[in-house]
Amino acid sequence: MGADAVLLLEDGTVFEGLSFGARGCRCGEVVFNTSMTGYQEILTDPSYHEQIVTMTYPLIGNYGTNLGDVESRRLFVSGFIVKENCAYPSNWRDELTLSDYLAANNIVGLEGIDTRKLVKHIRTEGAMRGIISSTELDIDVLKKQLEEYPGLVGRDIVQDVTIEQSYPWTEAVSDVLTGKEVRGEKKYKVIALDFGIKLNILRLLVSHGCDVKIVPAQTSAADVLAEKPDGVFLSNGPGDPAPVSYAIETTKALLGKAPIFGICLGHQILSLALGGATYKLKFGHRGANHPVKNLETGVIEITSQNHGFCVDLDSLKDKDVRLTHINLNDQTLEGICCDAMDAFSVQYHPEASPGPHDSGYLFKSFTKLMDKRLAGAAS
Amino acid sequence: MPKRTDIKKILIIGSGPIVIGQACEFDYSGAQACKVLRQEGFEVVLVNSNPATIMTDPEMADRTYIEPITPEMVEKIIAAERPDSLLPTLGGQTGLNTAVALAESGVLDKYGVRLLGANLESIKRAEERDRFKKIMEEIGLEVPRSGLAHSWEEAREIVEYVGFPAIIRPSYTLGGMGGNVAYNMEEYQNYINWGLSLSPINQVLVEESVVGWKEYELEVMRDGMDNVVIVCSIENLDPMGIHTGDSITVAPAQTLTDKEYQIMRDASLKIIRAIGVETGGSNIQFAVNPANGRLYVIEMNPRVSRSSALASKATGFPIAKIASLLAVGYTLDEIDNDITKKTPACFEPTIDYCVTKWPRFTFEKFPGTSPELTIQMKSVGEAMAIGRTFKESLQKAIRSLEIDRYSLDGRHIDAGLTDEELKERLRINCWDKIWYVAEALRRDVSVDEIFDLCAIDPWFINNIKDIVRLETKIKAVKGHKLDAEMLRQAKEYGFSDRYLAQITGVSELDMRKQRAQSGIRAVYKTVDTCGAEFEASTPYLYSTFEDECESNPTKRRKVVILGGGPNRIGQGIEFDYCCVHAAFALDEIGIESIMVNCNPETVSTDYDTSDRLYFEPLTFEDVMSIVETEKPDGMIVQFGGQTPLKLADALHTAGVPIIGTSPDSIGLAEDRKRFNALVDKLKLRQPRSGTAMTYDETLRIAEKLGYPLLIRPSFVLGGRAMEIVYDEESLAGCVANAIEVSGEHPILVDKFLDDATELDVDAISDGKVVVIGGIMEHIEEAGVHSGDSACSLPPISISEKVLEEIKRQTKLLALGLKVKGLMNVQFAVKDDEIYILEVNPRASRTIPFVSKAIGVPLAKLAAKVMTGMTLEELGFTEEAHRSHFCVKEAVFPFIKFPGTDTILGPEMLSTGEVMGISDDFGLAFAKSQMSAGNNLPTEGTVLISVRDQDKARAVEIARRLCDKGFKIVATKGTCIELINNNIPSEFVLKMTEGRPNIVDWIINGRIDMIINTTVGKQSIMDSFSIRRAALDNRVPYVTTIRGGQAVVKAIGSLAQRQPGVKPIQLYYQ
Repeated sequence: MGADAVLLLEDGTVFEGLSFGARGCRCGEVVFNTSMTGYQEILTDPSYHEQIVTMTYPLIGNYGTNLGDVESRRLFVSGFIVKENCAYPSNWRDELTLSDYLAANNIVGLEGIDTRKLVKHIRTEGAMRGIISSTELDIDVLKKQLEEYPGLVGRDIVQDVTIEQSYPWTEAVSDVLTGKEVRGEKKYKVIALDFGIKLNILRLLVSHGCDVKIVPAQTSAADVLAEKPDGVFLSNGPGDPAPVSYAIETTKALLGKAPIFGICLGHQILSLALGGATYKLKFGHRGANHPVKNLETGVIEITSQNHGFCVDLDSLKDKDVRLTHINLNDQTLEGICCDAMDAFSVQYHPEASPGPHDSGYLFKSFTKLMDKRLAGAAS
Repeated sequence: MPKRTDIKKILIIGSGPIVIGQACEFDYSGAQACKVLRQEGFEVVLVNSNPATIMTDPEMADRTYIEPITPEMVEKIIAAERPDSLLPTLGGQTGLNTAVALAESGVLDKYGVRLLGANLESIKRAEERDRFKKIMEEIGLEVPRSGLAHSWEEAREIVEYVGFPAIIRPSYTLGGMGGNVAYNMEEYQNYINWGLSLSPINQVLVEESVVGWKEYELEVMRDGMDNVVIVCSIENLDPMGIHTGDSITVAPAQTLTDKEYQIMRDASLKIIRAIGVETGGSNIQFAVNPANGRLYVIEMNPRVSRSSALASKATGFPIAKIASLLAVGYTLDEIDNDITKKTPACFEPTIDYCVTKWPRFTFEKFPGTSPELTIQMKSVGEAMAIGRTFKESLQKAIRSLEIDRYSLDGRHIDAGLTDEELKERLRINCWDKIWYVAEALRRDVSVDEIFDLCAIDPWFINNIKDIVRLETKIKAVKGHKLDAEMLRQAKEYGFSDRYLAQITGVSELDMRKQRAQSGIRAVYKTVDTCGAEFEASTPYLYSTFEDECESNPTKRRKVVILGGGPNRIGQGIEFDYCCVHAAFALDEIGIESIMVNCNPETVSTDYDTSDRLYFEPLTFEDVMSIVETEKPDGMIVQFGGQTPLKLADALHTAGVPIIGTSPDSIGLAEDRKRFNALVDKLKLRQPRSGTAMTYDETLRIAEKLGYPLLIRPSFVLGGRAMEIVYDEESLAGCVANAIEVSGEHPILVDKFLDDATELDVDAISDGKVVVIGGIMEHIEEAGVHSGDSACSLPPISISEKVLEEIKRQTKLLALGLKVKGLMNVQFAVKDDEIYILEVNPRASRTIPFVSKAIGVPLAKLAAKVMTGMTLEELGFTEEAHRSHFCVKEAVFPFIKFPGTDTILGPEMLSTGEVMGISDDFGLAFAKSQMSAGNNLPTEGTVLISVRDQDKARAVEIARRLCDKGFKIVATKGTCIELINNNIPSEFVLKMTEGRPNIVDWIINGRIDMIINTTVGKQSIMDSFSIRRAALDNRVPYVTTIRGGQAVVKAIGSLAQRQPGVKPIQLYYQ
């Protein structure tokens, strides 16, 4: 078995391995994720758009793929790299092997490389552009192709992943073992701005009693307000938040008009709307084991994370913003609250999927905020 | 929340002797606790009866009590020390049970001692199965249907709704002792009755069987702020129905989707909160139905466990250390992650490799018992292997076991086994099932069918199939010349050089060369808790076959220490103790220490113990790869028992600089001819002997020497296949066995010295000066394996003159063998004549015991000597004399092996040891018996039944017991002898003589102690049921006449005064 697939990084580093999934040639930012489970959720998370994802856990595909563990309508990664892809998954929910799943969704996979070496390289040199290919193996050709790829900084790639037309979301979280849905009484009308939203956020909103309508990222504040929402949700999404100016403007216009809850890119957009600034992390946070301290309660949450950009803590110093959550690994900002505007957001993923459920209470915080508004409006 | 200020002095209870289900993992956890708590400025008081532990080293705690771990003795320690707190969660089930007893009896309240970590209420919620079950139901989790029985009547009602097969679990027993699966009413009744008798509170749980479901474990940590993290998930390769300690287990969980894993994680958080473990680690076990994912909670250990040790080694997250810090008030975010230094311990480790743990069994030592695996643990140790893939870690684990297997090959499987028989084998839960799975795959049995037969998850079977397929491909290569690509793939799959060499028909060295030429060499990756997300500062390494090597060897002067591998009978914690001391010693003299070992339970595989840790199998290939990477200045092979010694020659030949006593001298001591020549030259005496390769040769020697004879293979430890033969009749079977075990080496035939006194001497030599560490007199006569014999330091019955002569001979031998380091000599003394039985120029099993007895760290000194220092430089030129008596007693696993005889012989059967200390021999012996669980009576009825040659001494024993007010009962021959000597004794029938017989007496609780000696096959068989009944009914028993004499002395001392407690630090003053 000779190598039949390669990964070329922008600094010239080459990894040769074996192709799995679809054959093809794609550019993207090369990043790593340290979750040991949840690869299907990762593959279908729109936040990974234009990223070539390496799993640090070497054995991937062990439980196959199924129709339930998806986080969006399709797969978004540009490429998927593992140490060993499992050809014989074993799980009662398995429907398709990982390789077939990638092939069916036209995602290029690469296995059999020293993924730890790649991860260490990214850790020390930073996330970088790369090209994964199982069709063209000539490094010089790939180099040229890679040179043309602009990378993520300064580009709005939200527009590539957002939906075109708004629609209501009705599905709630369901119990994996019994299939039973956990449904709350519909009490709140929520507009969710889709920057690349993960379905589990929508499911959790429904389970918390939200009547959810999901709208395209470019929807204006006026259009949002025309729906008379009890709350607005700013979703996660891929890439650099700074160039997504329309969303920042919309958010600015919505501040104070309705309670706002943001996650990940939504958190960055809220922060930018409140006058903050963002910057790119060296290699980002991607995994399901990041400790985040809730500064209000002192409790530590083990969180699911996926972000390459981050809100600059100092940029919010003189703003009317409370810092609510902090990352204990690197002391970066993980959550803010603007009490005056009834807006709050977190950098990490309380919807989990994949990852721990420690932060699920934030959805409750959102409904409480809406309760407060509703009570205020009634009196 | 910072450190609590209301805590000053903490009592830690250790786990006592190594037994099945409770091994050196608790030395690891206890040693970590002592270390970190003292660093934090607390005063630490430790009690543990096991001298072979690092934690009982005098510098580990402020006060170290090597005393029996009974509530009465611990109360005395509490009264003397007045600790304000007790940390009960680090000493295994023994520590926990003792703490519960002290809390319930009001002792803790009386002395104002708080329980740290877990309070009484939460311990009981976790441990009492009916309460646990109720709590699980309250928090919405499912448990198997079950009921609690305190009698057979209750049990019968329960099985009505539980159904068959039914699981029986006695409450509060170790390692699932007494656990069983009953498939019918008859089995059920047997198991219920046994279980009720084993449970200290006479309670058993009867449970719905989930045999065949998948088994998982989660290691959970909680701090005082209610932060909870999962340290590690473990998936058992073996399905439910096999005790997790006996299962091959893999970390992390492999076949759970994130959704299912999070359900388990959520459940674990709920459980630890509901049970109320305030701080520290817990282990929670789950069963999952492979067909629909249905999840049952099986059990929870509200303490540090064997799995915690495994999880710590598998992830690099030191559970016991962190549990200790949490217990004194810290929260997880206040504690640093040792490995990254920059991030906090409040996170969930993520790993980028696969870990396989494989249990080590010693069924060959207990031929009478069924080797089938059940829910009661039977393994005596374990090996762990790390690889980048499951296939690699699996194959590394196999060769880590040191059972002379290096692959999944079928050479141990009967070639004539039909497919049907093979399939039948797959249904039975035996320790070597994996080899049958591989064989079935070789015969093209489908994965589905194998799964149906053995319920091992298809994911594992498919991985094994990959291995088997590649093996087949390699075997099919023409001319057996592997190309580089296939060779690389084989190495990536974890194939050993040794096996590849074997199937391609070359030598292992040639295979190694071939690999080197193709540029295929092991690289080392770091265990870093975080999947490379952060930089690791701790060199905790494992090998794999990939691109990048992270070993970064230093340029310091460095010495590699080879560890002992998995625990087994004959080679256990004592050797790990020595290896750890070697690491400490090197550190003290500024030499870098590099530890190589594969036993996850040990202190040696704590990344804190040495400068660099290689978690690797102890084979020539794996050690050589490390040598080539590290280029050490020296290697210590003499401390880890037989495992590294076996490699010494090959390593020496390959140019590895072995320091200390040379492999040649070690070989000389094992080589009968060369050794005889040395003994002759030194004008010393040995029992007459010969060596033989065949039965006929043995017979000729037997005729020359006369019976009795001691027959044994060479190059084995723990008296494997060693037997005393009294006549030609029993010679044949014994010789066949010895020849098989001995392999290409000859078997040794010695004239056996009947009724001699055996002595063990440990000494240290720098090549010029020899210093005696200690002389131990065995309580049992020569012929009982030294590891199984109780012994006293100093000797109790040997004259000063003989002792002086023994010292002189020891020194001669040390110089004659050019020993540089440790040496152990076994002598027999008969009628004041001294015979040399055996010389081992290496660390012996008794080194920790002697070191504790005399207060001198012999292993540490020896390691320094091996690096070139002299004893004079080290200030140890005179034997240390102490005025107290130390008695070592062995502890046996017989209770775990129904059907096994408890009689002692030349083959070692004990798993662990305890030590009793006192200024009086009798009390020291009494304490050793207490620690070993033999509660000597001070009144009541003693049964005496002895062989003819012991009758005279039995009379003396009986007389003294009579004087103390004991009633004597005896079997016919003994009874007549006693009455003839005017000792009142009641006659009792033997088993074969009718009823009610002696076993009825024992079962009915009419006997308080038994002295039973026997000789000859028939009498041994006849008296078997006496010993077994004694064991099963917890009646103290002695099987040697000298043991009986010591017991009588102990009872005499106990009648005069109660045993007190005293820390070892005071004994050395």
